[in-house]
Amino acid sequence: MPNVRAGQGCGTARTASYMRPAMSKSLLVVVLVMGSALPSLAGEPPRVRQNELLYLLEQDCGSCHGLRLKGGLGPPLLPADIAGTPDAALVDAILRGRPGTPMPPWDVEITEAEVRWLVGRLRTGEVAYDR
Amino acid sequence: MTGKPVRAALLICLIGVAAAFLAACTRAPRATGDLGVIIERAAGRLVVIETTGSTVLARVPGLGDTSHASVVYSRDERYAYVFARDGGLTKVDILRSRVVNRVIQAGNSVGGAISQDGRLVAVANYEPGGVRVFDADTLRQVADIPAVAADGSTSKVIGLVDAPGNRFVFSLYDAGETWIADMADPAAPQLTKFTDIGRLPYDALITGNGRYYIAGLFGEDGLALLDLWHPEAGMRRILDGYGRGEEPLPVYKMPHLEGWAVAGDIAVLPAVGRYEVLLLDMANWREAGRISVHGQPVFAVARPDGRQVWVNFAHPRNDTVQVIDLVSRKIVATLKPGKAVLHMEFTPRGERVWVSVRDEDKVVVYDTATLQPVAELPVEKPSGIFLTARAHRTGL
Repeated sequence: MPNVRAGQGCGTARTASYMRPAMSKSLLVVVLVMGSALPSLAGEPPRVRQNELLYLLEQDCGSCHGLRLKGGLGPPLLPADIAGTPDAALVDAILRGRPGTPMPPWDVEITEAEVRWLVGRLRTGEVAYDR
Repeated sequence: MTGKPVRAALLICLIGVAAAFLAACTRAPRATGDLGVIIERAAGRLVVIETTGSTVLARVPGLGDTSHASVVYSRDERYAYVFARDGGLTKVDILRSRVVNRVIQAGNSVGGAISQDGRLVAVANYEPGGVRVFDADTLRQVADIPAVAADGSTSKVIGLVDAPGNRFVFSLYDAGETWIADMADPAAPQLTKFTDIGRLPYDALITGNGRYYIAGLFGEDGLALLDLWHPEAGMRRILDGYGRGEEPLPVYKMPHLEGWAVAGDIAVLPAVGRYEVLLLDMANWREAGRISVHGQPVFAVARPDGRQVWVNFAHPRNDTVQVIDLVSRKIVATLKPGKAVLHMEFTPRGERVWVSVRDEDKVVVYDTATLQPVAELPVEKPSGIFLTARAHRTGL
C-alpha cells in the first residue's frame, strides 16, 4: 500500500542532499514512505488522496458541473469561468454548500486543506486523475 | 495460350462470389427487440448489448462528453438518438454499430425526446436555455424554442418529454414554468405556458398513458401536476409540504423522475433530501404513505408488472440497491452490486434488471425473481442503460 512514488515532488529529496550518501539514502526512503501517508510540507494531500479527490471531482462533482467541468445544472468550473471568483468564495461554496441551490456542503468528506488544494487544481485546470 | 487457365480462374472466382452472396443471403437478418445500449460516460462511447444471452455486441465511440447522456429510440428500434452534455445529438445505427449522423446543436444539453409519430427529435438545452427540434431522419433543425420566461429571463430546460398529439412538454428550471409545444406544424410550434408552477423544477415525467405530466421541485417540498386532458385547469401542487417542515439533508445527487414507479394507483417517487420514498395515490393525488430506505433515493423504478420497485441512492451511500415489495410495502432485499450504482433498467417483461456500477467498471444483471446476479459485463464507467423497448413507451 505505501506508494514510494507518492513522496516525489514534495521537496524531501533535495533537503537530504547535504547528508552523507549512505545515510541520506536510508533517510530518504523513510521520508518518502512517510510522505505517502502524511500531508507534505507544502500542505498537499498525499498522492493517493489527491487521486481520490480528482476522481470525486470528475465523477461526482461532474454529475452537476459536467465530467469535463463545462457546466450542467451547476455552473462551469473551468479556469476562465472561476477566474473572477476569489479562493475564499470557492472554498466556502465547496465546504459549506450554497443554500437555496442544489450545491451541498462537502465538509463531511473533504477537509478544508484538501478543498484549498482542489481549488488550486481548478485554477490551473490540471484535474485529470490517474486511470 | 493462356486462355484456359484464365477461364478456370474466372470460374473459381465466380463460384467464390456466388458462395459469399448466398452465405450473406441465408444469414438470418438480426432484429433489435432484445438489444439496448449502455453509456460509457467517461469515454464518450456506447456499448451495444443484447439481453437474451446478456452479452456485449459492439462499442460505438465518438459521442462527445457523455456526462448525463440519455437515449431515445426510433420507432423501428434501429436507431438510437444520443443526447450528450456538450450539445451533441448523435444518431447511431445499433444494427451496424456505427454513427450515421451527428450534430452539435447547443453548448450544453441535458436530454431529449422523440415525437409520437417518430418524425421529430427534441433536445432540452441548458446553454442556450431552450428546446431545439430536429428532423429524426436527417437531424436538420426544424424549430428553435428559446426558454425565455414571462419576466424576460432565460432558463435552463429540464424534464422534456413527448406527449400524445405530437406534443412536447418541458419545464424551465430557473423560472419555474412548464410549457407545452404542439408540433402539428413543426416549423411553428404552438406554445401553451404555465407559470408559477413552483421553485426550481429539477426533473419531470409523463405517465405511461401520456395523460399526467409531473415536475419534481427542488426549491420546495412538493410536485407540480398537469393533466394534459385538461390543460385549461392549469397546474396544481401535489404532496405539498411532504417534508413536514423538517430540514432536508444536503443532496449529493439529484433524483430522477423518469423511471418512476407506478403500481396500480400507487406511484413511488424519491423524496428530495430524505432517506425515504413517497407513495402517491394517483386516484386522489394524496400521499399514501412513505417507506424509509437506505439513503437518498435517485431512481425508483418499477418492474414492469408493478409488484417490485428497485431503488438506488445518492453519493456516498450509492453501493446499495433496495427492492421494495409493493404489496406488503416492505423492503424485501438490500443488494450490494458495488460502488456507485448509477442506473437500473428492466428487460421489457421484467424477468431481469440491468444495473450499472460506475466505480467498478461493470454492469450486473439480476434475476428479479431470485434477486441473484446472473451475469456481469465489463463496461467502463457505465451510466445510463437504455433498452430498445423504450421505443414504444410514451415519455421514454
